[in-house]
Amino acid sequence: MGEELLRVEDLFVEFKTGSIVTKAINGVSFSLHQNETLGIVGESGSGKSVTASAAMRLIPNPPGRITSGSIVYKGQDISQLNESKMRKLRGNEMSMIFQDPTTSLNPVFTVGHQLMESIRIHKNLSKREAKQESLRMLELVGIPAAKQRLKMYPHEFSGGMRQRVMIAIALSCQPQLLIADEPTTALDVTVQAQILALMKDLQREFGMAIMMITHDLGVVWETCDSIIVMYAGQVMERGSVRQVYDKPLHPYTWGLLDSQIASDQNSQEVLPAIPGSPPDLSFDVQGCPFADRCPYVEEICRESKPARVAIEDGHEVACHFQTDTSELTRKEEANIGASATGS
Amino acid sequence: MKGFLLRRVLQIVPTLLVVAIIVFLITRIMPGNPAAVLLGPQASVEDIEAYAQQLGLNDPIISQFFQYIINLITFDFGNSLTYNQPVITLLIERFPNTILLALSALVIAMVIGVPAGIIAAKRQNSFIDYLVTTFSLVGVSMPIFWLGLMLVLFFSVNLGWLPATGMGSFDDGLWAGLRHLILPSIALATIPAAEFARIIRSSMLEVVSQDYIKAARSKGVHEFFVICKHGLKNALTPLLTVIGLQFSNLLGGAVLTETIFSWPGMGLLIVDAIERRDYMVVQSTVLFIAIIYVVINLIVDILYKVVNPKVNLDTGGGK
Repeated sequence: MGEELLRVEDLFVEFKTGSIVTKAINGVSFSLHQNETLGIVGESGSGKSVTASAAMRLIPNPPGRITSGSIVYKGQDISQLNESKMRKLRGNEMSMIFQDPTTSLNPVFTVGHQLMESIRIHKNLSKREAKQESLRMLELVGIPAAKQRLKMYPHEFSGGMRQRVMIAIALSCQPQLLIADEPTTALDVTVQAQILALMKDLQREFGMAIMMITHDLGVVWETCDSIIVMYAGQVMERGSVRQVYDKPLHPYTWGLLDSQIASDQNSQEVLPAIPGSPPDLSFDVQGCPFADRCPYVEEICRESKPARVAIEDGHEVACHFQTDTSELTRKEEANIGASATGS
Repeated sequence: MKGFLLRRVLQIVPTLLVVAIIVFLITRIMPGNPAAVLLGPQASVEDIEAYAQQLGLNDPIISQFFQYIINLITFDFGNSLTYNQPVITLLIERFPNTILLALSALVIAMVIGVPAGIIAAKRQNSFIDYLVTTFSLVGVSMPIFWLGLMLVLFFSVNLGWLPATGMGSFDDGLWAGLRHLILPSIALATIPAAEFARIIRSSMLEVVSQDYIKAARSKGVHEFFVICKHGLKNALTPLLTVIGLQFSNLLGGAVLTETIFSWPGMGLLIVDAIERRDYMVVQSTVLFIAIIYVVINLIVDILYKVVNPKVNLDTGGGK
């Protein structure tokens, strides 16, 4: 892993609709190094995508607003940077690919036009050179007959091909940071694998950092170096992928890992789920946001918000019962017991 | 494309035939006798009868109709009874005036309506949004004859800045031509401007929440181009439909405006012709407006393809 590229510290984001203020992000901190792939996981509404948008300052304002915290990119706090300076970063230093390539490519411009646009904004190239560069990028992401494809519109491409085009656009200026907001969710499984492999290949080639937002833990396991688990706009647990998989600390992480479909799973078995739903973020959450759904909840969980503590090097968790080793063991045993009786 | 054009041109024929039938029948149903109007109140009954006979007004309706259709097929639009010249000459003389008025109104409507709609969508639920929404509601509900009279009252009668009626010639200088054009084209532009603002606002609101807008921002595109290039081109399809409809309406709506401002266009020609029971002028002018209507619609359909690459004209739609 290289130098630190991005550090988000104690970030708070709110959305205001009418008189309702939704606190979407509540004190998120993490860092990302060159060449590293960070997975951000969590269920819908946990604030993964908002965190990603915030990192590029793409939160629509109004209604959204970064209320406090810092986003430090290459040593510079960009959370208050003006728009024209931000524009120089976007697409050039950092870029983004989206969940659904059908809606993230503009339907009324040719693929070539959309590729060249990004190149021509950030690089001082003539139209011909930009076209040449677009062609090279399309070939790089594995699109056959790239020259003809440049003149085609997005609707003339398949889903997987569109996502390749999106990746080509995102990487056209060799960014240092690629934010991938559920890049494979809208694609079918075989195409998913191809796209992930392509992203890994290109990461090796360009040496960029990837922020991979997903709710698919399998994707994280395959592609990421480290992981943060988000819930209700907060980081519940963070660590390297190996740490979190080998020794998950937070009851929410246990729940997420449990509710995956294992390849050897008996089809008759009911997939375990976490009962309940996340808290409404337009109200202040006292204590641990997961308290209402946590099987091990105790009085203290509802009363005070757990601090984030480091259990081992780089492995942090926000839970009242993870500071004490005996409690941790008790809960892990209880968890194993519960899943044993559950099956 | 060729198949589409051929099909559309063939569809025009029955449309125009129906228009011709309806307008022919309506002119015959209208009370009053052209011969009596032409000869004036002093004419004797015998004179009127003789004149009507001479004009062919006493022929059976059905033979009058076939005569009319046969004339149309040979591009003979008939002769005006009151002006004593071919209707086509009148149309050629009046049509540019109407087009000038309609185009000016269209330009004014677009210059005001489109930016207003964009700004309203960009600042949804702000003061300016409410202002635009309110004005567009008032605008589409505005009776043009009333607005026209108010404009005349204020700018011509009270302030004396602009002439109330007539048409100036651009040969006498730009201002001479413009000063007569301003009031009628503003009156005529009100409804389409309001309509454009409304349509652009609603389609832009839909477009700006799309992922490709966020994607454009994430590429570092300037906000102006995000909205006016990536956004507006996607919002153009509904606008195009409305522009087509409104332009046709402007030609028809010119009837009222031209009457109020005595603008010597086709609208005034029709109104005069109706008063004088000048059948051929009424029939041919209405038919002529219908032709323009159909042609504009055809152009709009072709433009869909230009704006939206997904439109396949040959299979008839497929958006």
